Amino acid sequence: MTVHVYDSRTAEIKPPVTSVGVLGWIRKNLFDGWFNSVLTVLVLALLVKMVPPFVRWALLDSHWLPSGSGCQDAQGACWSIVTANLRFIIFGFYPHDLQWRPLLAMIILVALLFYSRNRKHWRYALGWSWLAGLAVMGLLLRGGFFGMAVVESTQWGGLPLTLLLAVFGLTGAYPLGVLLALGRASRMRAVKTLCILYIEMIRGVPLISLLFMSSVVFPLFLPEGVTVNKILRAQAAIILFTAAYIAEVVRGGLQAIARGQYEAAESLGLNYYQTMRLIVLPQALKIVIPPSVSILISAFKDTSLVVIIALYDLLKTTKSVLADPRWMGFSAEAYIFLALIYFCCCYFMSNYSRRLERELDTGL
Amino acid sequence: MSDNPPESGHPEAPIIEIAGMHKWFGDFHVLQDIHLKVARGERIVICGPSGSGKSTLIRCINRLEMHQRGRIIVDGIELTNDIKNIEKIRAEVGMVFQHFNLFPHLTILENLTLGPIWVRKVPKKEAEETAMYYLEKVHIAEQARKYPGQLSGGQQQRVAIARSLCMKPNVMLFDEPTSALDPEMVKEVLDVMISLAREGMTMLVVTHEMGFAKSVAHRVLFMDYGRIVEENTPAEFFNHPQHERTKLFLSQILH
Ligand SMILES: Nc1ncnc2c1ncn2[C@@H]1O[C@H](COP(=O)(O)OP(=O)(O)OP(=O)(O)O)[C@@H](O)[C@H]1O
Ligand SMILES: [Mg+2]
Repeated sequence: MTVHVYDSRTAEIKPPVTSVGVLGWIRKNLFDGWFNSVLTVLVLALLVKMVPPFVRWALLDSHWLPSGSGCQDAQGACWSIVTANLRFIIFGFYPHDLQWRPLLAMIILVALLFYSRNRKHWRYALGWSWLAGLAVMGLLLRGGFFGMAVVESTQWGGLPLTLLLAVFGLTGAYPLGVLLALGRASRMRAVKTLCILYIEMIRGVPLISLLFMSSVVFPLFLPEGVTVNKILRAQAAIILFTAAYIAEVVRGGLQAIARGQYEAAESLGLNYYQTMRLIVLPQALKIVIPPSVSILISAFKDTSLVVIIALYDLLKTTKSVLADPRWMGFSAEAYIFLALIYFCCCYFMSNYSRRLERELDTGL
Repeated sequence: MSDNPPESGHPEAPIIEIAGMHKWFGDFHVLQDIHLKVARGERIVICGPSGSGKSTLIRCINRLEMHQRGRIIVDGIELTNDIKNIEKIRAEVGMVFQHFNLFPHLTILENLTLGPIWVRKVPKKEAEETAMYYLEKVHIAEQARKYPGQLSGGQQQRVAIARSLCMKPNVMLFDEPTSALDPEMVKEVLDVMISLAREGMTMLVVTHEMGFAKSVAHRVLFMDYGRIVEENTPAEFFNHPQHERTKLFLSQILH
């Protein structure tokens, strides 16, 4: 018979140096086998070749003054194109003196977004403040009350327009998509067929063609003299388009809910709407947060397609600046700036969704 | 406990009455000519081989499955396609499932108060008090703020029982409540069911826990191929089974 004697010294033996700390991390993540080691070396070489020249171009040798002096014969980037035209890029043809109004609208939007980040604030009041906030934003853009001059929507443009199309587009498309998904999962034949028809038809055409239809074909059906605002039509096209994709994603979530959940809800006496609202949708929508956010992000970027029906969104205002002979040849700088704005918005969305997923995780 | 079954010829009408009931899944005749009367306070255990239609039978009682012929009357209300009747009956009849079916996105307390608040329209505070009362009863009150995913199987099943009780049902249906549990958790769930029986709850229990059947049931039903083949008191059923199929089944289940 053996007796195990536990020596207190055994507890002091540490893991080998190469498996912990910085060295351990480097070894595990960068030089784990010959293939990864080769990749690491190659990537490092590439970075060394590319990063310093870019930094020199973008920062060290660059010009920032709005006058644009020295840009023509400079070695580096000419950010003057951005600083000189910032207000036009951001606000488009919105009257210069009134640009505080869209600015204020955007500040309200950002404030609401940040306030909503905290799940503790999710109450009915928040829903109402969103509704009120959206209304106020619209009114600010449009004016016509409290002595504020009316600004016709034909003059709206730039970032406010992009955000408007995106925010209203997404808040419109998501509920519609959920309804379509429920319809498609419904036992009622007619409803189901209609929803399938809608989803498949919309998914079968590109957004551009829908936008064209909304701006060219749709007015043909309107009685003489009646016009529907162009932005509204584009907005409707974006909502209808995005909803179809949301619907398919949500349908996937609905299928992931076990039959037992429906049965438990039904056996408590909950009716269809209660079952969906309280039991099924909260779980299904949580499952589909990652793919939904992908769709929302791509929908946000797709709002830039409205340039083809001559709306002055952020992309179009940037392009108009480039058409100015004074700023020709500096498109790289302008597009980098544009990309940065889009990136910030999209990164916010994906960051937000990851956080939401973590907070809603209840371990089953 | 089985020494005091409700007297036969009880003046009150039976709480469940099933007469000449048939059910098909497509062409498959799952339930054939079922007749069953359950008195108030009666406890019935249903057993039988796998696929014999036990689950389907009790699921017909709260219309998770629809029967196609015959009548089912629960607490004076006949089960028809009328959706209002169905919802009323479902609120009166509690059901406990093999796989618990708790709502994973809600806390234990929210699982319990959901039905009372939305179906019975009980004020939230009162619903929470009732919920805590039943959680005490199944010995799990300290877990009220946790989520189902953080509980063991036995605990989850006790929560599921409490969830049904919060609706103050007249009848409780159990579909193999212990067969998804590890052996050491079976007892804690059976204990809760036994104490429920002591309080006079009407219970229909599909189970293979023969000990439970012997000590709690007034009647044991044996089903095979969609029929109720034999029904008797536990003593008679286990000691003097009448049918060959019953004998075979008992010999397999009791080893
Ligand atoms: N939704 C359904 N569609 C078609 N057939 C079904 C359906 N549900 C059950 N069945 C079939 O009906 C028969 C009875 O099923 P049921 O679940 O009632 O059996 P059970 O006695 O509860 O068996 P177990 O002990 O395995 O739970 C089985 O043969 C099963 O395959
Ligand atoms: Mg079964």
